[in-house]
Amino acid sequence: MAAGVLRRPVARRLSFVDAFLWAFRLAVVLVVVWGTVGTLRLGRYTGEQWVDFVVFGLAQGGIYALIALGYTMVYGILRMINFAHGEVFMSGAYTAYFVAAPLAASGFLDRHPILSLLLLVGVAAAVSTGVAVLVERVAYRPLRRAPRLVPLITAIGASFFLQYAFRGLYGSGFKAYPEFQLFKGEWQILGIGVLRTQAVVLASAAVLMFALYQFVMRTKLGKAMRAVSEDKDAAALMGIDVDRIIVLTFAIGGAAAGAAGILYALVFKQVHFFMGFVPGIKAFTAAVLGGIGNIPGAMLGGLFLGVVESVGPALFLDGLGIPAPYQLKDVIAFTMLVMVLIFRPQGILGERLAAKRA
Amino acid sequence: MRKARATWAVLVAALVAVTSWAVTYAAPVRMGPVTDDWGVVRVARGQPIVIAYWLVVAGPDASLGVDSRRGIEIAIDDKKTVAGHPVRLIGEDSGCNAEGGTTAATKLAANRQIVAAIGSSCSSEAVPGAPILCKAGIVTVSPSNTAPKLTDPKRGPEYACYLRTAHNDLVQGRAAAQFAYHVLGVRRAATIHDGSPYAEGLANVFADVFKRLGGTITSQEAVSPTDTDMRPVLTRIAAGKPQLIYYPIFIAAGGHITRQAKEVAGLENVKLMSADGTFSPDFWKAAGEAARGVYNSSPDLSVEALGSKYQQFLDKHQKKYGEKPLSAFHAHAYDAAMMIFAAIEKVAKKDAQGNTYIGRKALRDALFATRNFPGITGNLTCNPYGDCADPKIAVYQTLSADPAKWNPGVDPKKVWAMKR
Repeated sequence: MAAGVLRRPVARRLSFVDAFLWAFRLAVVLVVVWGTVGTLRLGRYTGEQWVDFVVFGLAQGGIYALIALGYTMVYGILRMINFAHGEVFMSGAYTAYFVAAPLAASGFLDRHPILSLLLLVGVAAAVSTGVAVLVERVAYRPLRRAPRLVPLITAIGASFFLQYAFRGLYGSGFKAYPEFQLFKGEWQILGIGVLRTQAVVLASAAVLMFALYQFVMRTKLGKAMRAVSEDKDAAALMGIDVDRIIVLTFAIGGAAAGAAGILYALVFKQVHFFMGFVPGIKAFTAAVLGGIGNIPGAMLGGLFLGVVESVGPALFLDGLGIPAPYQLKDVIAFTMLVMVLIFRPQGILGERLAAKRA
Repeated sequence: MRKARATWAVLVAALVAVTSWAVTYAAPVRMGPVTDDWGVVRVARGQPIVIAYWLVVAGPDASLGVDSRRGIEIAIDDKKTVAGHPVRLIGEDSGCNAEGGTTAATKLAANRQIVAAIGSSCSSEAVPGAPILCKAGIVTVSPSNTAPKLTDPKRGPEYACYLRTAHNDLVQGRAAAQFAYHVLGVRRAATIHDGSPYAEGLANVFADVFKRLGGTITSQEAVSPTDTDMRPVLTRIAAGKPQLIYYPIFIAAGGHITRQAKEVAGLENVKLMSADGTFSPDFWKAAGEAARGVYNSSPDLSVEALGSKYQQFLDKHQKKYGEKPLSAFHAHAYDAAMMIFAAIEKVAKKDAQGNTYIGRKALRDALFATRNFPGITGNLTCNPYGDCADPKIAVYQTLSADPAKWNPGVDPKKVWAMKR
């Protein structure tokens, strides 16, 4: 009896919150369905245009995913957000421009496009790796035992430092990447016209992510990384050099960001010292969306975010009669993040990991 | 105890209120031979008069601000001394966004030695920035803000210190729509803006005039200035089958739209038209070969429209910087500086020791009283809301898209000039 009396107010409070959340869920679903049905009834877009939306979104999402890997791996091991990661991405892409420009001027780029592309990816990955490792050494390692908020602040400081260091190094204007003649135009893939650059970006991103996943799951070093992520002290007792594994994690995340930088430059052509900010924030969102700390989650989150940004405004907002829906692209992306945080705080694929750590 | 604390809070609040009232409605300031409601700047004998710019001189839109700054520098070279003092130019980067404008204006407002300011570059900076300068009593003349709302009769007293030598986009938008409808023969158009007051204002004026002429606006879209992937929004535009896309935005996003438009199914033959915000060799760099054939509305910077004064300016520019002007507002900046110098000389008073005193409100009033001022861009007359321009708009078309061949008038080629 007493237990019943005690339990009742708790049960009532929970049910109120539940009711509110259910109403919220229902409202969101209704808005989405209403918008979607409205859009489809308008019949504004052809089937091909819908396919285009998805392909554009996947290509953008592939870049987000590659950057998100760096966020998620560092979080998995250190439980901190490396907010300088967007600048790691920028440093590789920006530096590789100074290799790309002379290659293009000498004609080498068009004679050996694949070789040049590999060279550029190599340069960008090397620079990004160097920057990532340096940031770890200077800004994070001395603070390994400090409260968690401290490295977060130094991360933001490192981010500003890198932005303005590169501004000082390469100037405040933007640079335009040369055009790869090979990647101009479209390829027909399964009857769908896909822009060549986007096909290259998607394929490279897929290969890189697959390789990385295999590395983490199949190799000894990957196993060590996973062990450090589970429990640093226990891993050290098992004879794993924790500092070395942390450096390795930063290096791999940096290399992926450097490669993403070249893919970004292939698609968008403009590089400048501030270019890492927005993709960095988006990739962070993607990492949280997929379940931070989880590698396949980051990949899925990146692709998902890219597609939602591309398809969302046309699909959900057109039907609601909202003018200029693409202005609200980021609203959709971040609403998605809020929804995930409310209903699945561990992210789309985060469950198993969260349970293991608890 | 609690009561005592409450009393203290009330007292402090009252004190703050009284002080801020006193600061805002200060009695006229008297210094030397000058009395002025907004304050007085004293320039000691032999010391320079400080003029400050707040322009976008870094980042992707830097060419816009650097171009204007060079105009000011040439004006200072030409003028040499103002009221017997040399001129010192200081400045802040304003970033071409609202936050940058606020920061730059706040920094300038804190420097009591500044006599007048020149800026901003982008209308988005001026909307929050100009009121900050006005509060500090610093008059500012913009060489390149064109958003209609900045000099709208309903703009409010917080913009009382703001003038511009740039044209109002009510003029540019109308000219662009007339060109598209009558010269290009286009009947269906789409517009894109980036949420900035400049782009939104201009896109809306274009759309209104284009519809009034009898054309159809298939869609009015918006992107954000930091967006890079424009293909989805362009696909949306393609669904309306326009013949022309008008995107009066800035270089970074404008470059992306130009590059990506031809890659989107259904837009292969669409005509592209932008405005003065992308009238720069940096836009060619950003857009690459895709810039070929793009139309830009911009101030008419030709010797036939502006006369021999402009040729002399170009010669000085070439000698000083070794290249052609980087954007479209160097001459407007030159005129803004010269207008300020003339106004300073009108109101400056000297004491017996040769020190100069400049009343801030008097300077503001003198600038607003400018009539038929012979500038490079025309005869400038300021209206009560700060519009001083003698607007001449032309449309240019990009031929080579090679930044090394940038030569306004030849390439991009002047293809049409607004009838006056």
